[in-house]
Order: sequence, then structure tokens, then C-alpha cells
Amino acid sequence: MNVIATLQSAQSALALHAVSKSFGGRQLLRLPWRADGERRRVLAVDDVSLNVRRGEIFGVLGANGSGKSTLVRLVSTLLLPDAGSLEVFGLDVVRNELRVKQMINRVSVDAAFFKKLSPMENLLYAGRLYGLGADDSHRKGLEVLARLGISKKVALAPMEHMSRGMQQKVAIARALLTSPVLLLLDEPTTGLDPRSKKDVQQMVLRLREEHDATVLLTTHDMEEADRLCDRVAVLDHGRIIALDTPEHLKQAGGSMEDVFMRLTHEEEAEEEAA
Amino acid sequence: MIVVASRNLNTAYAFFERNWNLTRRYFGWEVVWFVYSVVNALTILFIAAATERITGQAVDTRFFVLYLLIGTTMWSYLSAVFDVVAETIAWERWEGTIEYTLMAPVPRSLHLLGTCCYAVTYAVARALLIFGVVAMLFQVDIRQANALTAMIVVAVGSISVIGLAIVAAVLPLLFTERGAQMTFVIHSSLLLISGVYAPVDVLPSWLQVLSPLSPMTYVLRSVRAGLLDGAPPGAVSGDLVILALMGLALVPAGLLVFRTAERYARRTGRLKRSG
Repeated sequence: MNVIATLQSAQSALALHAVSKSFGGRQLLRLPWRADGERRRVLAVDDVSLNVRRGEIFGVLGANGSGKSTLVRLVSTLLLPDAGSLEVFGLDVVRNELRVKQMINRVSVDAAFFKKLSPMENLLYAGRLYGLGADDSHRKGLEVLARLGISKKVALAPMEHMSRGMQQKVAIARALLTSPVLLLLDEPTTGLDPRSKKDVQQMVLRLREEHDATVLLTTHDMEEADRLCDRVAVLDHGRIIALDTPEHLKQAGGSMEDVFMRLTHEEEAEEEAA
Repeated sequence: MIVVASRNLNTAYAFFERNWNLTRRYFGWEVVWFVYSVVNALTILFIAAATERITGQAVDTRFFVLYLLIGTTMWSYLSAVFDVVAETIAWERWEGTIEYTLMAPVPRSLHLLGTCCYAVTYAVARALLIFGVVAMLFQVDIRQANALTAMIVVAVGSISVIGLAIVAAVLPLLFTERGAQMTFVIHSSLLLISGVYAPVDVLPSWLQVLSPLSPMTYVLRSVRAGLLDGAPPGAVSGDLVILALMGLALVPAGLLVFRTAERYARRTGRLKRSG
């Protein structure tokens, strides 16, 4: 089945069924004189199930260490789940790794690039990895960069002197270049100034409208989630403690931040009581 | 089929082109590294030039200089191939791009093919430059040399060196903090047992046992036969067969080890930018 047929036949863009992932435990090299040979096992994602509809912007909210990035890395094929399964447009992420990789791309909190290379050289590299030729990568790369306000002159200079906001825009350009049908945005606006943050948020909205992409957005910025997301899941200690539209979650009163504080506080209180 | 082959070549070329762009952008560092290598080679060659004076014995200095020049040049070539391939993962970790490269829809074989092609091209250019500069300074006479033999041996021998380097590239994948340094152990062990600066039969017997396991032993022995004695390719056919067999075994073994290690790294969360 080709990618188009896969997309048309799939019921949901992303489906997670009882996914769990933990880290730590036994080390590869256990040195007898090292007391920390047996590390504590940490359950990062705990029995998570969710469905993201095609064309949806789905937010995953949570504090630092709540398991958001682990969830994104599981979908990105960078991690293998301990239990459960993940499907991207109906394809199992573990069994159909290469085909899933063709459909996704990711923008993370740290815009990771070869900093000595120019944005165009980085984009050319990314384009080739996703099957684009040099000419296509160059033309499309310049187009996308121009739409994000990056001139040709800047696009050809090394990235090491660019601001973080600018680098994050290039990261988004890299993701757009490969036309992903599922875009994973892992805290894309963390640490950006208000203007850059707004630019990135507008880009996310445009992405859905113009490219028919589905977006999984992790953030701990409640205002951002409220503004961008169709639905949000609140993650705490690796578990989903709420999943609904921002409007429904706010019905109990207050802003998204109030909702988040209330939910995570209730969870902590329950744990303490237990 | 042609479309698929062309797409695969385009993908593999991504790594070649990226590494070339990095070499261009880090040109200052390349110059420093080149000067270091030339000075290092000169230091070793002066030992040969001074042997007669140090020992007070008559020595064929011109032969000895060429013997060591072949050792330093070949070591420069083989270690450059080894380093570029073995640092495939380490470099990505330093730059923070490892997650983006490994989540791209690229079979690992194409990833490593592109990297290996660049490693060989880069290493050949670098070794020829070093050889040229040092040979000029020492006015080395290579009129008797059979360059064809040396070229064939290097071409066949590179395949098995690539196989070893792919295995070494696994270390930075598994050990996020010190994996890159661990590859130096393999690197320096090969330097010790392969007869780079002295024939392997001067090694203690317990080390000599290891020499036949290193492809570099056969590469160095045959390149010396070609360049010092003018031996034709047929005269080193035994070594060529061994090198070809080693290449046939080591490259698939390297790929298998790499894939297994990558799966382990994905299970344990080691495919990330920092330790």
C-alpha cells in the first residue's frame, strides 16, 4: 500500500494503545566497585492510550519530567515501547518503521543543526534524507525560509551566529521541507522571545490550514495550548489524567493554567493519600 | 529499479555531501590537523635519517626512510577512514543532530555507505598530500615502486577497515559519554599489532598472535612489497585474497552489530544528543 492509500484508509493520524516506557535498571557494563551499578527504574510513560484525528492539533501538557518528550520520541521511532503499540495512519511504528518515518517530522525544544553549516546546507541534507533531489531541496528550502522571513543571504551563512528564535524557524522550515503528514512539535516555543513565539505559533496554525498536517504539540505553556490545540491531554508522572477540548476542561472555571494546576494537584493529593 | 537505485544514491550522497560541507566549513581545523600529521611524519622519518649516526652502524637510510614513510602515510590513510566512519555517531552527538538523522527514513546501510565513501575519498586525498609533502622534503626515490600494486591493495584493504570501523562506531552509540574515546583503544591496538613502523615479527610472541587478525597487517605488508620492492599485484595475491575475505566478513558483520546496537539504544533511550 502506498503512502496516499495509507493516509486515506486510516481512521486516525496517531493511535496509542496502552503504551508504557521505562528507563534505568540494569546497566550495560556493571562494574563491581561501582555502587550505582543497579540504577533506579523510572516509569516515563505509563499505560497511555489516545487517538489523534487527522488534521487535528493535539496538545500534550505536563510539567518537566511528566513524560511528554518520551511520548514524542516513541512516536519518532527513537524509542521502542516496553508495552503497548503505536500507529501512525494505521501503520505500526515498530513494524513499519521506515514508512512511518517518511510520514513524520519533528521540531524539538533545542534547534539541533550542524551549526557551522548554513540553513540551506542543513536543509539540503534533510531534503536528501527524505528523498528530495538537490534542485527541489534548494528551491523548496528557499521558499519555506522566505515564508518564515529568512532572506537568501541569511540562508547561505553559517547558523552559529543566528539567534535561537531564528534557529527555531529554520527547524520548522526543515520539518516543512519534507511535507510531513504528522508533525511532532516538542516544546517548540520554549525559551523564545514573545515575537518569535508568536511567529512560530502562527506557523503551526498555517501548517494545518495549508498542508493538511496533523500536529502533536507538547508544551507546558497553557496559554499556547489553549490558543492552538483542538484537544489536549494532561500528562502527569507518565499517565494521562485528563483528555478533552480546552473549552470543556475550562468549564469548571478558570484559565487553562488553573485547570492544569487543579488537575496535577488533585493527582498529587491522591498519590499522597494512597 | 533504476529509479530506486537513483533514489538510494541520492540518500547515500546526503552523508557524503554533508561531510564535505563540514570539512569545508572547518577548513582551519583541517589545515591544523594536516600540519600536525606532516610534522608527526617528519619526526618519525628523522629517526630513520639519524639511525646511522645513533647506532654507528651502516644503514640503508634511503630504504629505511621510505619504509617509515609508507608506514606513516598508510597509517594516516587507514586511521582517517577508521576515524570518519567510527565517529559517525559521535559527531552527531556533539552537534546534537543524532535524533534527526536517525529518525529520517534512511536504511542504515545507505547511511553507512555514504559515510564510508566520503571517508575513503577524504582519506585518500589527505594521505596523498602528506606523502607528497614529506617525500618532497626527504627527496624520496620511488622510481622502482609498483604503484598499481599499492592502489589495488589499498582499495581491497579499505573494505575490511570500513567493516572494523562500523563495529567501532557502535561504541559511541552504546556509551553516550565516553564511547568516542573508547574507539581510540581499538585504533591504538591496530597501530601496535599491524606493523606500521616495524615488522610484526619484532613483537613479542603473544602480540604476534594478534597481528594476523588486523587487516592493516596485510595492507601494510603488501603496499611495502609494491612500493619498496616493485612487486607486481600477482606477487601479493595471497594477501589480497585474505583482505577480500576479511572485507566480505567484516562489512556484513559490522552492519549486523550496528543494527543490533541501534535497537538496544532505542530500547534503553541512548539515541539522544547528550549522555
